[in-house]
Amino acid sequence: MGRKLLLEKAHIPGIRSYEVYRREGGYASVEKALRMAPADVVEEVKKSGLRGRGGAGFPTGMKWSFLAKPEGVPRYLVCNADESEPGTFKDRYLMEFIPHLLIEGLIAASWALGSNRTYIYIRGEYAWIVDILEQAIAEANANGWLGKNILGTGFDCQIYVQRGAGAYICGEETALIESLEGKRGNPRIKPPFPAVKGLWDCPTVVNNVETLAAVVPILNIGGEEYAKIGVGRSTGTKLISACGNINKPGVFEIDMNISVEEFIFSDEYCGGIANGKRLKACIPGGSSVPILPANLLLKTAKGETRMMHYEGLSDGGFATGSMMGSGGFIVLDEDQCVVRHTLTLARFYRHESCGQCSPCREGTGWMEKILNKIEYGKGQLSDIDLLWDIQRRIEGNTICPLGDAAAWPVAAAIRHFRDEFEWHVKHPEESQRRNYGLAHYADALTTV
Amino acid sequence: MTQFSDTRLAEVRQIIDRYPEGKQKSALIPVLHMAQEDFGGWLSPDTMDYVGSLMQLEPIEVYEVATFYSMFNTEPVGRHVFEVCQTGPCMLRGSDDIISYIKAKLGIGVGETTADGLFTLKTVECLGACGYAPMMQLGKHYREHLTPEKVDAIIEECRQTVA
Amino acid sequence: MIRGSSYRSIPAKYKDMADEIKMLKVTIDNITIEVPQGTTILQAARQIGGEVAPPAMCFYTKLKGSGGKCRTCLVEVSKGSEADPRPMPKLVASCRTGVMDGMEVKNITSGKVTDARSGVVEFLLLNHPLDCPVCDQAGECHLQDLSYSHGKEGTRYEFTRRTFEKHDLGPYIQLHMTRCILCYRCVFVADQVTGKRVHGVLSRGDHAEIATHIEQSLDNEFIGNVIDVCPVGALTDKTFRFKNRVWFTKPVDAHRDCTSCKGKVTLWQRGDEVLRVTGRKDQWGEVEDWICNTCRFEKKHVSDWVIDGPAKIDRHSVISQGHYTGLDKPKETFSAVHGGRAPKLLMDIHSVSEVNRPGIALSEIQGPATSDTFNIDQQA
Ligand SMILES: Cc1cc2nc3c(=O)[nH]c(=O)nc-3n(C[C@H](O)[C@H](O)[C@H](O)COP(=O)(O)O)c2cc1C
Ligand code: SF4
Ligand code: SF4
Ligand code: FES
Ligand code: FES
Repeated sequence: MGRKLLLEKAHIPGIRSYEVYRREGGYASVEKALRMAPADVVEEVKKSGLRGRGGAGFPTGMKWSFLAKPEGVPRYLVCNADESEPGTFKDRYLMEFIPHLLIEGLIAASWALGSNRTYIYIRGEYAWIVDILEQAIAEANANGWLGKNILGTGFDCQIYVQRGAGAYICGEETALIESLEGKRGNPRIKPPFPAVKGLWDCPTVVNNVETLAAVVPILNIGGEEYAKIGVGRSTGTKLISACGNINKPGVFEIDMNISVEEFIFSDEYCGGIANGKRLKACIPGGSSVPILPANLLLKTAKGETRMMHYEGLSDGGFATGSMMGSGGFIVLDEDQCVVRHTLTLARFYRHESCGQCSPCREGTGWMEKILNKIEYGKGQLSDIDLLWDIQRRIEGNTICPLGDAAAWPVAAAIRHFRDEFEWHVKHPEESQRRNYGLAHYADALTTV
Repeated sequence: MTQFSDTRLAEVRQIIDRYPEGKQKSALIPVLHMAQEDFGGWLSPDTMDYVGSLMQLEPIEVYEVATFYSMFNTEPVGRHVFEVCQTGPCMLRGSDDIISYIKAKLGIGVGETTADGLFTLKTVECLGACGYAPMMQLGKHYREHLTPEKVDAIIEECRQTVA
Repeated sequence: MIRGSSYRSIPAKYKDMADEIKMLKVTIDNITIEVPQGTTILQAARQIGGEVAPPAMCFYTKLKGSGGKCRTCLVEVSKGSEADPRPMPKLVASCRTGVMDGMEVKNITSGKVTDARSGVVEFLLLNHPLDCPVCDQAGECHLQDLSYSHGKEGTRYEFTRRTFEKHDLGPYIQLHMTRCILCYRCVFVADQVTGKRVHGVLSRGDHAEIATHIEQSLDNEFIGNVIDVCPVGALTDKTFRFKNRVWFTKPVDAHRDCTSCKGKVTLWQRGDEVLRVTGRKDQWGEVEDWICNTCRFEKKHVSDWVIDGPAKIDRHSVISQGHYTGLDKPKETFSAVHGGRAPKLLMDIHSVSEVNRPGIALSEIQGPATSDTFNIDQQA
């Protein structure tokens, strides 16, 4: 049984309320942090090895230390609760069940970074969670954890919830900032980076919900202790939201030293493939990361057991590996069609492109159209090569990583399931049937 | 007439207070949400112009923002809007079938509204409920683990609230 | 086309400032120059000139915040700087990337760049109507130039091209949204030059469009400048439309006393008639000064103007063909540049043009054409 740091208390009855949360030891990390110098809090987070949980996995402590601190200019901390990457629903879970954990982390982080106004930018569809968070913020205010002169330190801080209005791209940090400024969510052209010029042109740190919540246990147990959990540079625990054809879809907290196989097949986590089917493929880190066929998912190309951590999931690079990404774990059983699944993702990225730069604006729509053709039995073999060429020319050539995010799933699907694309072309009349029997099976080993 | 009530206007002022002096444009998206709620579930040109004048913004600044975000309707919609997710993870759990079922049951296509103006069917992209698929958003809340029976019940429930 | 290494000294105009402003050394396509700190790669490359300067479809020097969007100016940074010589992992937009001391950049000497750029051109042309024969911008269109210089033959796109609802922008400016490449230049002009913006970008992704949402005419005194900045034929001069093809008109520089602008313009005339007035453009197609609507739309008689002399049209495109002497004509023939491929028209101009009469082959006309050559019915 893995160690739980974030969700340990999430299911205690009434934990959403301040009284219960406080009784269970809540806000201790704020008491601790506000007795430390802000730079020491940053140092503690550095020691913990915490890496950003929003997708890119950038070391949080380092990011915090890059924040510019010009005299007389406000600095801002913004919590990224946009959570729109298909397969990802972990931040929602955390905010719904244990909202005070996020608020607590935000106060400690605001102190460390010197942010007097801190914003939570939440995707517009999570409307009811806005109420939950605002309730928690009101309680924190009422109990002196927010507002003026917190704990007599002279530190003023307020947290506000800003609701988006339906746009995946607003999860990209500079698009988020634009949106928070009341504009269209067009990502900015970098440099300058937010750490120098972010919200209202002031130095800004944008962090994911889970990243900021993790600050609480880090301060409570100490950075060094936190770093002992997990393996290598994958320290601490990670929330994984698992979905697709598994018995127990949901959000799990893992410490990063279990195998992918254990995660999928053990009853503690996904509980195996639903309806007695076999595992065909999996997108382990949110829709943007490469899909892996079962054989490469459970074992790396070297034949080693693939582990559920940053390095484990990316072992083999894009040729034979994938990425931890946002922790959105999408499982496909033997009946699922990779072409159709990829088509829905291509449609998603076309729909979510902001339209600023030409490769993404034009290329995402083109890929969707071709995939649609193939899926509905009207494709040609040359379309598969064309798709490959299009994704290749989008990747790396756009303003923001959404272009890459749109290109990778298509590339990986062709890389590992080309036979399935060809099958669609060659069997147009059956192309919409679901079971192709083309999967590279690797059934669960009996050790679990 | 397009005009917020006094309590709503107080709310607008509160929202503007969340931002530093001179940054009231940041309130645009929250205020557009309020306007859509109050003025018939969509943002008509009149509504957008009202929001623009209220916030001292050029009308084009409001249109640009309103047309960017998928939650803002710039065309009228029915009283209940079924926004069914169709992205990969939901597709794996049968969202295609649910969409077909709703189409047949309501006799409308995607993007259409029933003749009585009660229901609009929309397909949307991942709403962050992939583990509870198939799902749809109905107003402020999510309806998850959808089955044909559940859809029937939801339609019935919507009809009740109107009666 | 790879040039040998050469070194150029500091341009004279920067020499005095070298004390105060730090000068940085940058090498682009093996040519090293020094530029003041704050210079972008694109600006540095333009100082070298020729094909070392990457094509730019969205950046516009006068417009703050422009650039970064079209991705045609992507270059490879093979050495980041003297201090940090690592190459940059991705191609970068040269219009928005500052020069660092010791930086080494590859433009046309990089296969990655030419490959990516031909991809960008294909993306830009994907939904483009290719209605050049009926487009007023034909002959001075940056997209046309770009597709000749960096594109590949033919398109691999086989789907219906995007269409938009028509928007009327009033009596002066014609909008053809299908031709727009969303460079945002016209939006910046409205923001920065006119002070009050009534048009902008609506919707998102591949549905994004330039529009006013509610029919509204663009009539600010300086709004006509959107026509000059538009790199394609999406925004054109309604008072000029279909009157003529640009390459049959004679551009001259002229000025008048104007109370709203400097009154320095280029007149596009035929005989004594002023068919069109535009800002004066430099060799990169950027205007020297913004001009007002009165100068642009209302002063259509030669007597309104003092003529300064023939305008230098420093472009490779058809406008400069045959008009004036003293211009550098490309030494390479088209087919030499395009690996033996003969130039081809995308459409037979005679079959669609409202100006040119069938039966007259353009290539057979000696020197500048006049209306007599075509005997054009002015009512048409
Ligand atoms: C297209 C796109 C969408 C993104 N969506 C999210 C998101 O929904 N939530 C999130 O936390 N980060 C998202 N990110 C990553 C953010 O840009 C940013 O890296 C992150 O919020 C940083 O926080 P972290 O360091 O705590 O991970 C997205 C990035 C891109 C390019
Ligand atoms: S890559 Fe796509 S989403 Fe990102 S800036 Fe370009 S068009 Fe917008
Ligand atoms: S209309 Fe012209 S200037 Fe405006 S965005 Fe489109 S291409 Fe650019
Ligand atoms: S895919 Fe439907 S909610 Fe995520
Ligand atoms: S000119 Fe640089 S990206 Fe368009």
